[in-house]
Amino acid sequence: MSHPGQTRLLWIAAIGVPLLFVAIATLQRKMDDTTLAHTSDDEELMLTSGSAVRNISLGYDSLVADIYWTRSVQYYGSRAGVPEAKFDLLWPLLDITTALDSKLTIAYRFGAIFLSEPPPAGAGRPDLAIELVKRGIAANPDNWYLNGDLGFLYYWRIGDYPSAAAAYLQGSKKPNAPPWLGMMAARILEKGGSLETSRMIWSQIYESAQDKTVREKAKEMLLGLRAQEDEQQLDGIAEIYKKRFGHFPASASDLQDAGLVRGVPADPAGYPYVFGSNGESSLDPRSPVVIPPKINPAPAASK
Amino acid sequence: MSATVTPVAINTFREAVRDRVLYNLVLFALIMIGAAILVGEISIGIERLVIINLGLTAISIFGLVMAIFIGVGLVYKEIEKRTLYSLLSKPIRRWEFLVGKYVGLLVTLAANTAFMTLGLAAALFYVGRRFERSDLSILGAIYFILLELALVTALALFFSCFSSPMLSTLYTLAIYIAGVFANELRTIGDFTQNPALLVLTRTLYYLLPNFHNFNAIATAAHGDAIPFSLLWQNTLYAALYVALLLLAAAAVFSRRNLK
Amino acid sequence: MSTPAIEIEGLTMDFPVGFWRKRMRRSLDNLTFQVDEGEVFGFLGPNGAGKTTTMKLLMGLIFPTSGTARVRGRSIQDVAMHREIGYLPEQPYFYDYLTARELLDYYARFSDYSAPERRERVGKFLARVGLAAAADVQLRKFSKGMLQRVGIAQAILHDPPVVILDEPMSGLDPVGRREVRDIIQALKEQGRTVFFSTHILSDAEMLCDRVAVLAGGKLQGVGAPGAVVGIQAPAMEILFEAREGLALPAGLAEHATRIGGRCRVEVPEQDLYGALEQLRGVQARILSVSPVHPTLEEYFFRLVGGPAASRGLEEISR
Repeated sequence: MSHPGQTRLLWIAAIGVPLLFVAIATLQRKMDDTTLAHTSDDEELMLTSGSAVRNISLGYDSLVADIYWTRSVQYYGSRAGVPEAKFDLLWPLLDITTALDSKLTIAYRFGAIFLSEPPPAGAGRPDLAIELVKRGIAANPDNWYLNGDLGFLYYWRIGDYPSAAAAYLQGSKKPNAPPWLGMMAARILEKGGSLETSRMIWSQIYESAQDKTVREKAKEMLLGLRAQEDEQQLDGIAEIYKKRFGHFPASASDLQDAGLVRGVPADPAGYPYVFGSNGESSLDPRSPVVIPPKINPAPAASK
Repeated sequence: MSATVTPVAINTFREAVRDRVLYNLVLFALIMIGAAILVGEISIGIERLVIINLGLTAISIFGLVMAIFIGVGLVYKEIEKRTLYSLLSKPIRRWEFLVGKYVGLLVTLAANTAFMTLGLAAALFYVGRRFERSDLSILGAIYFILLELALVTALALFFSCFSSPMLSTLYTLAIYIAGVFANELRTIGDFTQNPALLVLTRTLYYLLPNFHNFNAIATAAHGDAIPFSLLWQNTLYAALYVALLLLAAAAVFSRRNLK
Repeated sequence: MSTPAIEIEGLTMDFPVGFWRKRMRRSLDNLTFQVDEGEVFGFLGPNGAGKTTTMKLLMGLIFPTSGTARVRGRSIQDVAMHREIGYLPEQPYFYDYLTARELLDYYARFSDYSAPERRERVGKFLARVGLAAAADVQLRKFSKGMLQRVGIAQAILHDPPVVILDEPMSGLDPVGRREVRDIIQALKEQGRTVFFSTHILSDAEMLCDRVAVLAGGKLQGVGAPGAVVGIQAPAMEILFEAREGLALPAGLAEHATRIGGRCRVEVPEQDLYGALEQLRGVQARILSVSPVHPTLEEYFFRLVGGPAASRGLEEISR
């Protein structure tokens, strides 16, 4: 090619190539915007069985397990808190993860919390959670954390106190198990669904959690439980107020003025409690604290 | 014998080192290990697990690629390019030539693996700032990867003695994949009612190299110890199988008319 | 009588051909001859005659269908015998990622030299083949002629008593060929045996004590170059002036060639005087009379011109 011709081509390329890139990027952006509008929430999982995935992994199961674990966390994280969110794929993802690496304890523990958590914060399938954790216990017989998780599930999600106690008891027998497992078993058998027991369970989860999401959930629960305790106490004080003044307090500051409490009773988020006409205390509607729903204990007959 | 095998081995090593493709592969593997650090950021608490998984998998895969890629050309290239003619005019036996090529490639693979292991160690150190006793199982997993590579190289060398690189790659890959699933093959056979199928699957199971034995990546990732018995058993298995393959290769090659 | 340097006896080589490899092609048919120690022996023949095949058989690169061969009394199956042979393959290729020096050093390791000895030898032989300047250049940058020289160097570096060279002159310019001729001559003076194949017949005539001619896988003749071609009766060449309008005698006219103002005619020796008389009879002016030495080339072409030889193939169907 002649010299001037070659230089011209270089110039055209120097200008044209970046321009074309810009054009391509703009087009891609446009395409993404339109498809995003049409995107439904449906994410596809092509392979749903653990053994199918294991066959594809060609022996590199451990790494593929990590990939599926990452997917599980992202799947949950992108949907948590979104109204009307569904978590249909959480179970298959965790199922595959643990099938590929049965020693990935963090996956069992994650599933225990978020598979069982009712929507919109979880999949609402305590049965699957229990199955997952049981699998985890079978594959990791020395891991007492998982027994704690199983106990949590029976206690908190299903209200099956005898099974819960049994799970904690079994955990307490494992090597290096801390004493609180045994104590928990005894406590549940003794006191059933008391607030204090619940608080102990969530405290343990908070302390032993390896995953950030799980820890935050536990914290949320603990704050809610504290609010519940506060409310119980406040109801009692409201009764005393009524006896003294002949009517229920109208607000939390009434109690303070009456000298019954020191400072204005406020929830962990700082919002003062409000009182209803029947004297029952409750959270300020603007408060972010959530009181966990009460689980009624299951009938005695259980697995 | 070593007077003839050693120069061939050294020359094979030198050829691999001067082949620029190798550097690209090693660089790529190091990038993978760097990526492992990034990926580990996603889940706190299992950073180490992910780094080890990704690192060991990268070392294994790239080792395999190199073993096959170079291995299938070991003998074929020398025949095609006729470099073998002048070499065989020296007082060297054909099987000595084969062993020399094999050892040369093995040393190359070992050197590359060692290099990549250093990269992995650096990544782990960067994340954890210290090493634990349980990290020793990583070395065990890497040793097993090397044994695996020794086996695959011997396979590739064997095919290189009589078939073209493309076909040799296919054969070697096919046997490798079959070897990874050797256990599954056996399970299928156990479940079947057909006695003929049982015998077939059993025979295949014992004939194929069982690569599952050598996979200790998960063990290393979880910091579990590798049992000593597995160490020497795998070594013996690899040694026997390699001897078998080299013997077969020597036999095939000894009577081959070079074009 | 001392052991011959190379003994070939009944060597036969069949190759399978065809898609299904069922038919056999015989590329060497019952070859028998020997090369004596200390002689320079030329191996001649057209392409495809089987010369390279023979040499590959000697080096153990291929295996004979039948027949035996020995080098210095030892069977060709004996790899240790290779210590005493230097071999230059046809169209040599070498590891292109090595330099000339590294290559020679590599090959030298198969002989028992100490490292300093090796270094010295490599340098010496690089100079001998004229590659001292390119010693540290990678072989992938070498021209064909340079590769040829490296090939010769590696063949003689370990001072083997028997040197086997397959087309040592190929790829070399006249200067290079001269150098190779000198090397072969020097080897001979050292008392070594040189067995080489070549197309350049004048080289063979110049260098060889004896030659063997191969065509179509069969040995056509063995002996001193002169003797081989001396099968023909000697002839005489007459050069004379060809005037315009000269009428040549009938018998000579067919065999005369005209070049410019001269004519040339070849006649068998015994007919010389008869032809001279005839020419004098037509008043042709005789310029010269000289004997024609039938060259190897003519012999060669006569050979190649023959039906069986030029095909170079003989199929034996199975």
